[in-house]
Amino acid sequence: MKRLIGLAAAALALCACEKKTTSPENTTGATPQPAATTAAPANPAPSSDDVWRVGEVGSLSGQQATFGQSTHHGIELAMKEINDAGGVKGKKFKLTTYDDQGKPDEAASATLRLISQDHVQVVLGEVASTNSKAMAPPCQNNKVPMISPSSTNPEVTAIGDYIFRVCFIDPFQGTVMAKFAHDNLKLNKVAILKDVRSDYSMGLSKYFTETFTKLGGTIVKEASYSQGDMDFKAQLTELKSAQPQAIYLPGYYNDVGLIVSQARDLGITAPFMGGDGWDSSKLYELGGKSLNGSYFSNHSTNQDPNPKLQKFIADYKAAYGEPPDALAALGYDAMRVAADAFARAKSGAGPDVREAIAGTKDFDGVTGKITLDKDRNAVKPAVVLELQDGKQVYQTTIAP
Amino acid sequence: MQIVRAWAPVAITLAILAVVNVLLPSLNEDYRVHVLLDVGINVMLAVSLNLVNGVTGQFSIGHAGFMALGGYTAAFLSIRLAAYQLHGVPDAVSQGLFLVLALVVGGMVAALAGLIVGLPSLRLRGDYLAIVTLGFGEIIRVLIENTEAVGGARGLSNIPPWAGFFAVYAGVFVTLLCSRRLLASTHGRALLAIREDEVAAEAMGVNTVGYKVRAFVVSAFFAGIAGGLYAHYQTNLAPKSFTFIRSIEIVVMVVLGGMGSISGSVLAAVVLTLAPELLRALDQYRMASYGLMLVLLMLARPSGIFGTREIWELWPLRKKSKPDVDRELARPAGSP
Amino acid sequence: MSEFFQHLVNGLSLGTIYALIALGYTMVYGVLKLINFAHADVFMIGAYTGLFSARAIGGEGEGSYARAGAVLVISMLVSAGLGMLIERLAYRPLRARPRLTALITAIGVSFFLENGAQLLWSPDPRRFPRLFESHTFFLGNTAISSMQIIAFLVAVAMMAGLQYLVFRTRFGLAMRAVSFEPSTAALMGVPVDRTISITFAVGSALAAGAAILFGLQYPRVEPFMGLMLGLKAFVAAVLGGIGNVPGSMVGGLVLGLAEEFVAGYGLSSYRDAVAFAILIAILILRPEGIFGRSVAEKV
Repeated sequence: MKRLIGLAAAALALCACEKKTTSPENTTGATPQPAATTAAPANPAPSSDDVWRVGEVGSLSGQQATFGQSTHHGIELAMKEINDAGGVKGKKFKLTTYDDQGKPDEAASATLRLISQDHVQVVLGEVASTNSKAMAPPCQNNKVPMISPSSTNPEVTAIGDYIFRVCFIDPFQGTVMAKFAHDNLKLNKVAILKDVRSDYSMGLSKYFTETFTKLGGTIVKEASYSQGDMDFKAQLTELKSAQPQAIYLPGYYNDVGLIVSQARDLGITAPFMGGDGWDSSKLYELGGKSLNGSYFSNHSTNQDPNPKLQKFIADYKAAYGEPPDALAALGYDAMRVAADAFARAKSGAGPDVREAIAGTKDFDGVTGKITLDKDRNAVKPAVVLELQDGKQVYQTTIAP
Repeated sequence: MQIVRAWAPVAITLAILAVVNVLLPSLNEDYRVHVLLDVGINVMLAVSLNLVNGVTGQFSIGHAGFMALGGYTAAFLSIRLAAYQLHGVPDAVSQGLFLVLALVVGGMVAALAGLIVGLPSLRLRGDYLAIVTLGFGEIIRVLIENTEAVGGARGLSNIPPWAGFFAVYAGVFVTLLCSRRLLASTHGRALLAIREDEVAAEAMGVNTVGYKVRAFVVSAFFAGIAGGLYAHYQTNLAPKSFTFIRSIEIVVMVVLGGMGSISGSVLAAVVLTLAPELLRALDQYRMASYGLMLVLLMLARPSGIFGTREIWELWPLRKKSKPDVDRELARPAGSP
Repeated sequence: MSEFFQHLVNGLSLGTIYALIALGYTMVYGVLKLINFAHADVFMIGAYTGLFSARAIGGEGEGSYARAGAVLVISMLVSAGLGMLIERLAYRPLRARPRLTALITAIGVSFFLENGAQLLWSPDPRRFPRLFESHTFFLGNTAISSMQIIAFLVAVAMMAGLQYLVFRTRFGLAMRAVSFEPSTAALMGVPVDRTISITFAVGSALAAGAAILFGLQYPRVEPFMGLMLGLKAFVAAVLGGIGNVPGSMVGGLVLGLAEEFVAGYGLSSYRDAVAFAILIAILILRPEGIFGRSVAEKV
């Protein structure tokens, strides 16, 4: 019995010593619903208010680190440019970045830390929609706007009115490729190879299937893989036997390069089609010539003469020694949309910044003209590109 | 009087937890509260796994699978329960009851899975059992990834945020209490005997398989409860959170804490949850330093923080102490 | 039917890789009863070493067998050294301790290597160079590349070499003696430390060999490439009966084929689950693995 009491005391000492700040709020164990209606008190701003504080959560380590680091570089570059140009309203931006190892629970606690310890005024992140969905409730509850550079799942911004994104959503991008395959390439037998571990890939293939079958095409076979797999020959052999005219492969470049070259080894000659996850110089490095004649949808083409885009590509190469991928470009745009909002906002307080971000219209980003609609999603046209020896050849533009 | 003596600590602890709960800032505003809850969940996981890996000397590396089962079941249930309310009681009470219901069901499902996995596989030798549990954890994750009803790879969101400090730490308290009582009982002695020498235990009339399965089921039950609590303050679940790495993290806590030592598991869980948070400022250097830290900690204290003892047994004034099992465990590797 | 043969070819070439990695697990387990978690990361380092040494040797594009051989040898030597270093620093000090202790340091070393590689070489995937030209033959509808055939032959040669080493040499005898009973082996004059050290070296060299053969067929190198592959290889080792050399080879092939057929016939999203389920079923039916012997416990 004595031990029991001792144990209880030890457990309590453990809990009590963590208690550092107190607040009269919250009298029940229940926490507020992650809905727009709950009023949470604004965080006390720290005394030195001479910078705009921006927080970023990304997978800087772990298996998805290649995506997180690209995004981080894009954000860093944008911030450096804005600060070198004198900042916004005379104040410079300060970035605090936390790593979440690609895990949703880490993303949630990192976001809370940014908000409650570092008092950031806007949060940028994540790539994976699963992680963005974990970050959104803390942002929404604390009235800190969040901009996701590249989470495409529709559910992300549905969490609340403080959550924005600067990328396409899955329904749009899946539809784009389905229309292109049917109308431009005149295909009617397509197979799908999707990544079960990625909500992005699942979303795109779902909407591709919907649109493509509505247009009169058939999905002859569907197979799947898991992010990070190395051997895809079993699935490819299965798809090959269905003799599709093309294979829709909405994945990320690190898998796509390997998949396409294994497909060619097996004697599959049908072209592959994909989404903006393909956009990386790494894709050509991994896939090489086997990618020739494949198509993917993207925000813009790196051959676009738009001086802003060309300057971004050149600057990024100079800073990080490699050309930017889509994730870097989206990170860059997310940061610049945020900066633009700070310039227009009445103050740096959450609701004002939110208001300003929501009012983003025809913003001239490197990933196209960004307008945020009433659901806080970016509306912008998509281009379809063909790959030829590592070059992206422009095919067509499809408006939302 | 007996009843008062038995239940007073429980009542006092719960009362203190309730008071602390009121004093703490809201979970949604303060990062430290969030970390505190993460600590609580990991303590529950480590203490429950300690029953199998530490006390019974078996080797399970599929704890994240049980946690996922409990978490998903509880969340699935409470998302549906959230639309209802009990008549005649305040909102908070109704939510609390629903939460308890969801948690218990989640725990039962995890326990049932523990029984199904444990019955055939606990006849296997140590390392084979490890592989079966590992395989089980991976299978659970793949099944969740492929089940559209719980969100698949996208994850399950909009889980009602019913768990806060009070709920999580009440869970921790119950886990500690049950674990402690179990160890002090005939059951606990039998489990320890199995760890020390399975053949001898069997010869003494201990039904080794039966006891091992029971330990496994209890452990899975608490892992399921921990998963349920976790679901109800994260409000999001994704299969990514329940990988094999997660199971390994819990095993590390048990071993670092010292096999079979409850207080050791608690302390190791606290240290190993806080360490990555404190290292967060190191950015991408964080996980590499964490790996190095594990190696150095193990080299410095090879039998865990407290060895196989509890923290209070280390005080020199205490006369009662267990025989030195450390020495017994320290047989050279490879000897039978 | 042509699909069936294609799956067979795919499964065999994946299975040989599993088998080579599994051998490292099995050898270390044999002598130390330790699951060497860092083994998968030695494999990863082997792949990076191959990549860098191929670049250093130069001549990308016009590859030759001599160049491939040089890359293979360099990579095996570097990995063997790394394996011995890990054993010396992280496992040997804990040898007299419970086995789980060394397991945790193994996990720590694994985290350190994975994340250290990520810091050093960036998380971006890199392409493993084609060390020699590969031709694809079509037998009916079944595609087989010369790369696959060569990889298979090299793997078989390595396994045969290992079999010779273990059963026909003095070192092999010492290794088996240590595996059987370390303290008695020491009394009989077997240098236990050195034997264990060499066992790590041989196992790690095999992992590097696997990494090169793997890189040729699946040319993507990244810091976490060993994680899942290592897990599967470990499963293969247990499947065959851990601690048993021919068992690992068979285990690897069985796992490779099982995965390939499961994924190829409509269950691709359950690929890993089915692989593990087969494993569990086999273990429950035959707990000592396909080739393992059940050992009666001494009292």
